[in-house]
Order: sequence, then structure tokens, then C-alpha cells
Amino acid sequence: MNDVNEIRESVIVVEDLYKSFGNKHVLQGVNLTLHKRENLAVLGRSGTGKSVLIKIIVKLLTQDSGRVWVLGEEVAQLDEKELMAMRLRIGFSFQNSALYDSMTVGENLRFPLVRNVRNLGKKEITSAVEGVLEAVGLSETIDQMPSELSGGQKKRIGIARTLILRPQIMLYDEPTAGLDPITCIEINNLINQVREQYNTSSIVITHDLSCAKTTSDRVAMLFDGVFIKEGTFDEVFASTDERIQSFYNYNFTQ
Amino acid sequence: MKFNQNNGYVLSPRFDTFFNDMHNAGSFVARFFRQAFRTPFEFKETIHQCFEVGYKSLPLITLTGFVTGLVFTKQSRPSLAEFGATSWLPSLVAIAIIRALAPLVTALIAAGKVGSNIGAELGSMKVTEQIDAMEVSAINPFKYLVVTRVLATTFMLPILMFYTGFVAMIGSYINVHANEATSFVSFFQQAFEKISFLDIFSSLVKALVYGFTIGIVGCYKGFNASQGTEGVGKAANASVVLSMFLIFIEEILIVQVTNNIRG
Repeated sequence: MNDVNEIRESVIVVEDLYKSFGNKHVLQGVNLTLHKRENLAVLGRSGTGKSVLIKIIVKLLTQDSGRVWVLGEEVAQLDEKELMAMRLRIGFSFQNSALYDSMTVGENLRFPLVRNVRNLGKKEITSAVEGVLEAVGLSETIDQMPSELSGGQKKRIGIARTLILRPQIMLYDEPTAGLDPITCIEINNLINQVREQYNTSSIVITHDLSCAKTTSDRVAMLFDGVFIKEGTFDEVFASTDERIQSFYNYNFTQ
Repeated sequence: MKFNQNNGYVLSPRFDTFFNDMHNAGSFVARFFRQAFRTPFEFKETIHQCFEVGYKSLPLITLTGFVTGLVFTKQSRPSLAEFGATSWLPSLVAIAIIRALAPLVTALIAAGKVGSNIGAELGSMKVTEQIDAMEVSAINPFKYLVVTRVLATTFMLPILMFYTGFVAMIGSYINVHANEATSFVSFFQQAFEKISFLDIFSSLVKALVYGFTIGIVGCYKGFNASQGTEGVGKAANASVVLSMFLIFIEEILIVQVTNNIRG
């Protein structure tokens, strides 16, 4: 059982989390703590349950057992209204960006704002939209449709859409997947810039070592549904654990 | 019977899936009624969906309604002519159109056009995580996407049904006028002589029920789509097939109830 003070002082606490899909046991007793202003990278191979973990944190999925606290509140205990309020404080960047494809970039950004913050003037909305677009360096795309954007641009707009609600926590699901090396570097820099500019704490789900190294203060290695090693990037990969070394070597050769 | 003896299934994979689906569909409908009456109401989006359902179906509905009225009159003429009863054509056509054809034709066209559209649109949003994106942005996707679409189909089907009926009667009039030189006013007077309030009311009820069915089935199939783009196609297809199947069952039940009332 986690200490009450630890839950209060931490941004996210996950305790003994289990999740299965049919006969496939994805998470098998995951424990995790995210501290204030910390960037934590969760590393692991595809299918090890990294994305499932952050989807349980925002209650897009429900765990079989275990507990999750976000900003001191236990997620399972929240009613619908409280859950909505909690989600407002979390920004979730999807692997495939999940932009609303029937809306322009500007409308994609305006949508969560006007739905959640009532009585906003047209001027305030426009300036908020322009502000986040400027933060991700894509002011010129405001009238474009998502289908007209490149993969990297979609990721940036996806991040901008979460930033418009000024979240305290950012959850990035494979932010660099499917991008070229230069765009990966740009996204990594953006993740660091978001932390500085918006004072966020983040969990970055990735299998990209350069992303984990550049963006994280701490790395947690997920293998077969449990964390097998946590620490700084250098500490984790100094381990002689065969599973960690093979993951490192595989990434390195890639 | 021992529980879970069949690889974790209570009865068999097929029966378990069927009962699971029934339970999920029931929960989905119950959720609709819970959310539909809860504030805030999505007026703007509902009006937008009414426009999508109603206005955009007009060309197809107009063509189908007109052809139905025209062809039905043309095909009925020889049989009535044998008994020298062509003067009954307006009332025969009106009864057929208002009691049965207008609601059914409108519903089948809407199931094909609107139902598949809703299934594909929501299915695509589901598999590309756009629905999840709404949820994590503290937006209620069920209220925004499902409630608005189901209300739109439920409200618009009766309007479309009356429009189909009117266009079909025009088609019928053209044929009658060409053969008997009947005037517009006397055609409609004869046509509505045999139409009762119950005929119109039962058609209105049918259209409301069909509209609700098309909306809820399309949304349910779209909302539960999986397996990428293949799932989107399956959702669109299943929306049409299931809607039509349910519409025919509802047609039989409503006709039976109406006939019992009629005595």
C-alpha cells in the first residue's frame, strides 16, 4: 500500500495494476510513481502494455485489479463529473494523433476549448488557438485539414490540442513512432519545451531510445507486464539484465 | 451444467456472443435515454445532423417516391380496368402509399443512405481514436455523436416520410391525369376520401420508430467498430442490414397493432 503522503505529493501513483484481454495477460502487477515536473519514459517492446497503462490512467480502459491515483484522487472512485474534471488536467497525445478529420486545424484546437471553458469571447478563443499553434511552430496550418498535414505536423497539432486546456500532466503515446530522424528530434525538443513552458509532468510511452534519453529524467523498462528496471537512462542501460541489453542492442542496430 | 466447462464459455461461443451483443445493445439504448434528457443539450449539433439526415437525403427520396407513385399507379391500372374500376385508383394508391409504402420506402432508403453513413463515420472515428480523443478532452462523445444523430434520424424520418408520400401522390396524379384527365383537386379529394386519422397516425408512429432504429443501430455499430478499416466497412454494412431487418419486424408488429385497433 502506498503511503498517503506519497500519493498526495506525487502526480500519478499506480499500484499493483493488472489487466488482461481474454487469455492475454498484458499488465501483471505494475507499480509506478510520477513526481511533479518529472518526465518519465516508459520503454518496452510492442505489445508489452505501455499504451494500456496510460489508457488506464485516464480511464479509457479499466483495470482488472489495482489502483490508480491522479493528482491525489483515486480514479476508480471518481463519478462522471469528477472524471471529466480530472481529464481536463491531463493532456493525452495519441500515437496516430487522432485529429478530428472533418475539422480544420483551427477547429480541432477550438473544439475542446469551447466545449470545456464556457463564456469565452471570440478574441480569447482566437488568441488561445494562435498561442498553442505558435508554441508548436505551426501557425501557418490553421486553415488546413488534417489530411493535408505531414506525420510530424499531425503529432504537433495533436500536442497543441491538448495544450490548449493547459494540462498539468502530459501523457505521450509513442510520440516519435513512424517519423523520420529529424522530425523525431523536433518532437523530442517539443516535449522538453512543453515541460518548460507549461510546467507539466509527463509520461512518455516509447520504444525509441533516443526519445527516452532526450526527454526523460527517469526511465522505466516494461517487460512482460511488469517493470523490470527503473532509474536514469544510463543506470537502466548499465544493467547486465539480458532482456534490457537485447532491447538496447536491437534499438542500436536499428 | 458445469459453468465454464466449454473453454470459458457458458453455452457456446456463438450463443455467448449473441447474448453479450444483446446485453451491450440494450445497455447502449438505455444509455441513450439517460443521456438524451440530461443537460447540456446539444442543440446546434442536433440541428446540424437534422440537416445532414434530412436535406441531403432529399434528391434520392424525391426520385424514389415519385417513381414508386407513378409505377404503382401504372401497374394497378390494368387490374382495376378489368372491373371498370379505374376511378378507384386515387384512393387505392393513397391507401397503399400512406399506410405502407411511404414509411417503408423512406425507412429503407434512409437505412441505406443515412444508416450506412452514420456507421461508417462513427466507425472511422472509433478506429482512428477520435472518439477516445474526445473522451480524454473531457467531452462526452456519446452525447455529442450518438444522441444528436439518433434524435436527428428520429425527428427527420416523419418529415421525410410525409414528403415521400406527397411526391409519390404527385407521381400517381401524373399517370392518372394522363389517362383520365382528372383535375388535381378532384384527384386529391378522391385520394383522401378513404384515409382516416389512424392511417396517418400509425404511419407517423412507424416513421418515428424506424428513424430511431436507423440512428441507434448506425451509432451502435459505429461506436463498437474494431479491426481498422475493415471494421469500418463491417460497421457500415451491419448498420444497413440490421436496420432493415429490424424495420421489417417493426412493420409487421405495428401493422398488427393498427389492424387490431381498426377492428
